[in-house]
Amino acid sequence: MRYESPATTKDAVALLAKEKGQAFVLAGGTDLLVKMKAGMLEPDLVVDIKRIKGMKEIKKTASGFSIGAAVPCAALKENAALVKTWPGVVEGASLIGSKQVQGRCTMAGNLCNASPAADSVPGLVAAGAKVVIAGPRGTRKLAVEDVPAGVGRTVLKKGEFISAIELPKKPARSGDAYLRFIPRTEMDIAVVSAGVSLTLDAKGVITAARVALGAVAPTVLLVKEAAKAIIGSKLDDEAKARLTAAASAAARPIDDKRGTKEFRIDVAGVLARRAAELAYARAGGK
Amino acid sequence: MPLDTSLVRKQFKVIGTRVRRPDGIDKVTGRAKYGADAFAPGQLIGLVLRSPHAHARIKKIDISKAEKLQGVKAVITAADLPDLTGGDRGMRDILENCMARSKALYDGHAVAAVAAVDAHTAKQALKLIKIDYEVLPHVTDVDEALKPGAPLIHDDIFTDGIEPKPTKPSNFCKLAEYGHGDVEAGFKEADFVIEKSYKTEQTHQGYIEPHACLANVSPDGVAELWVTTQGPFVYRNHCAALLGLDANKLRVTASEIGGGFGGKTHVWAEPLALALSRKANRPVKLTMTRDEVFRATGPTSSASIDVKVGVKKDGTVTAAFAELRYQNGAFPFTWAEFGAMTAFACYDFKNVKTVSRDAVVNRPKCAAYRAPSAPIAAFAVESTMDMAAKAIGMDPIDFRIKNAAREGTKSSYGPVFGPIGIGPTLEAAKKHAHWNAPLGENQGRGMACGFWFNFGGQTCVDLNVTPDGSVTVALGTIDVGGSRASMALAVAEELGVAYEQVRCVVADTSSLGHNDMTDGSRGTFSSSMAAVDAARKAIHTMRERAAKIWEIPLDEVEWIDGQAKAVGEKHGNKAPLSIKEIAAQAANTGGPIAGHSEIVADGAGVSFATHICDAEVDPETGRTSIKRYTVIQDAGKAMHPSYVEGQYQGGAAQGIGWALNEEYIYGKDGRLQNAGFLDYRIPVCSDLPFIDTQILEIPNPNHPYGVRGVGETSIVPPLGAIGNAISNAAGVRLNHVPMSPPRVLKAIKDAR
Repeated sequence: MRYESPATTKDAVALLAKEKGQAFVLAGGTDLLVKMKAGMLEPDLVVDIKRIKGMKEIKKTASGFSIGAAVPCAALKENAALVKTWPGVVEGASLIGSKQVQGRCTMAGNLCNASPAADSVPGLVAAGAKVVIAGPRGTRKLAVEDVPAGVGRTVLKKGEFISAIELPKKPARSGDAYLRFIPRTEMDIAVVSAGVSLTLDAKGVITAARVALGAVAPTVLLVKEAAKAIIGSKLDDEAKARLTAAASAAARPIDDKRGTKEFRIDVAGVLARRAAELAYARAGGK
Repeated sequence: MPLDTSLVRKQFKVIGTRVRRPDGIDKVTGRAKYGADAFAPGQLIGLVLRSPHAHARIKKIDISKAEKLQGVKAVITAADLPDLTGGDRGMRDILENCMARSKALYDGHAVAAVAAVDAHTAKQALKLIKIDYEVLPHVTDVDEALKPGAPLIHDDIFTDGIEPKPTKPSNFCKLAEYGHGDVEAGFKEADFVIEKSYKTEQTHQGYIEPHACLANVSPDGVAELWVTTQGPFVYRNHCAALLGLDANKLRVTASEIGGGFGGKTHVWAEPLALALSRKANRPVKLTMTRDEVFRATGPTSSASIDVKVGVKKDGTVTAAFAELRYQNGAFPFTWAEFGAMTAFACYDFKNVKTVSRDAVVNRPKCAAYRAPSAPIAAFAVESTMDMAAKAIGMDPIDFRIKNAAREGTKSSYGPVFGPIGIGPTLEAAKKHAHWNAPLGENQGRGMACGFWFNFGGQTCVDLNVTPDGSVTVALGTIDVGGSRASMALAVAEELGVAYEQVRCVVADTSSLGHNDMTDGSRGTFSSSMAAVDAARKAIHTMRERAAKIWEIPLDEVEWIDGQAKAVGEKHGNKAPLSIKEIAAQAANTGGPIAGHSEIVADGAGVSFATHICDAEVDPETGRTSIKRYTVIQDAGKAMHPSYVEGQYQGGAAQGIGWALNEEYIYGKDGRLQNAGFLDYRIPVCSDLPFIDTQILEIPNPNHPYGVRGVGETSIVPPLGAIGNAISNAAGVRLNHVPMSPPRVLKAIKDAR
């Protein structure tokens, strides 16, 4: 196995594109190194992107925030402007692993690991975040929900890697939230999760919403029917019931060691509703 | 001189004080040496190849490629561990469990092992071992395993306890029955009969330290083993027998232990490490991964239980019956029988009967787990008792007080109880502030009782007075719950010196006689008996020395407050002699001063506890959180109350994990799906409330200080207490442990 830590994005792309064997990008390593240690992966090349300029920076831009691919999740929590603007996104990212893991793990890595249970992804999807992909043909952007192709698979092509995640500017009277279900209180993986982002008008009526569900399908789902269920409402009981039903209806989970299909379908609705209530309150709705 | 166990001493000087633990600094600074912390010059790394199949015939093993790999120093299979057990079924099962012979009997069963210069090479070598398996049908569920036509795991198990003995082999290894009276007649007298069936899933002790050892076999047949274990002497005896060594040639040294709870009472990979070292002629270090710990060490049984309790409107239980079916893993044992013995032990029932059916399945060989089998039986019994109390509208504590066993009760498993603590723990629970505190929304309160036998057994202690008058004590029971502190307290109490003047160490197997394991809550009970005995013998010697120095008769020398005193008017002007002064003159008065004790510590007092639990259930997700928890348990005498409280809290914490989330999950392919702490969910700190404790002291008449074992009983009531609390919080009765969110939510939905 070769280990490389290039200084530029261009060099990183070249290394990844040239490698004939199995090549992996290393940011925090909280998935990659664990899998290597367990013997699940035996890479021929590991490209560490942490030395590339800008990869560990959170930038406030004219269009929102740009978060470098190697920014550890613990750093997100320490960025007051980001926490104030996108509390739901930071909440999701802050739930990954333990305190120690938080110091290393990244949202970009969480997304590329492509687990349907990834804690940072539903919040990003609900927020309408995009990824910047560097590759042999230059850079391209993609909506976060379009990155995973299935369990453990992404749409990234040979030589490509995610260099940053972009969060849009947040409209006035907007709020977001992320909730997950775990049997314990921490150090666990989501059995079901939900991210909600919504915007209100001056009267408290929801004008825009995005609802994302995790761990109920091979990839994180953006559930348009669930958003539709609450747009135009003040999140009254009927709207909540519609949201719960739409979220449960969209869930198509499996039975596995972490939960049953029936349980996940039920709890997807409950969490979508609870996350919407939290987001609504954060947007200033009463 | 037999040990005087009569409770002559009611007032203690240091027993019962909360002195500083002797191993604290080393453990918090990382200086303490655990199983994986030993190194030897030239050591190799040992790794084990394990069966991926639940049940498979091993047709051929080809190790030739692995042996040829550069850096590989030894490859072993069952052929390197010939059967020397001479028809001893128990030892043969241990051997076969350590290394599969003709068949792999569970996912994770060892089939070969390698020793190489480093871990990387050893891993490569494992991949080069080619095994030709014939996969066989498997069975992992206890009820399925007992059905006629189930896949047969051993062709030489003919059910014990059935007359005449069956001629057809089966997975049903033992039938046993306990009880007295006439249960059928008793049920006829009842106003209500409550019947319910229960299931509990398999759990692991979850000790944080994986099994690890360093084995070093020399060409002259002398061997050393450094290992994390609850029983260095038992490991010595078993490893020596399996490898064909004389026991005196194998010196086993126990490391500090990072938890055992029964799981480190059996040898697992240690004989393989020794066999690798013997073949490679180099030291071999072998450390299990967490995956291996789950798949290939000894979890406790999963079980299936039917309970029937008949009750009169006044609260009298007229009859109680239980049938308990436990799986023992791939090798026969009697875990269901333990369940049958403990099931109704808290109660004084006129008519009581339990039947146990032990089975083998394609899972790892079960080992003890803290009061093994009892929590499972108690879950079923305490849930049913709760339902019975509800049926007659009686407070659950009052109902249990009415039926509690007391001194003189003939227990459900046979013996007649001496002075016991079940009644007092119930009375204390009733008076406890917790029992009467208000509850919040979606919260419910439950309580349950628990029993454990406690064991004594073979024990040795050597006490030596050093030339400067301080005291060293060598123990043969390893310290898993604070026994070094407790033994130092016992010796200090007897000698009349300060606790700090006594230093205890755990001896290796060449330095003391045989000691049974630290299990059965016996460590503090039995070693303190031996320590008291050894200290009294040393006192006798020191009195002799003082008599010699003073040139007066022995019976005119008394031992008072750590000093020899000449008694009687004629000696009125003699200054007392301290240990220090007597030790300083040892060379001239007869040599070093010591006290030895080699005993069978009989009379371990039985132990009882009552627990109270508040649970909050989210009605929309079925998630249970434990809001408040109280343990009330009889310790006989708490030698070091902080350690006793730690045992109470630890048992409750493990019980909470078991009750709510822990379980072995097998796929249809018979493979364990959650062999890691991510998906085998033990509680983390934030999952638990502060666990309150109340120590009761009903002295054990067989111990010089009244001590009873305290380590195990605390895990017996939690499953039942939590089930009862959930029932009161959510209005549903769970009969399947763990009571995980999907099961609780389903029960809530089914009840709507």
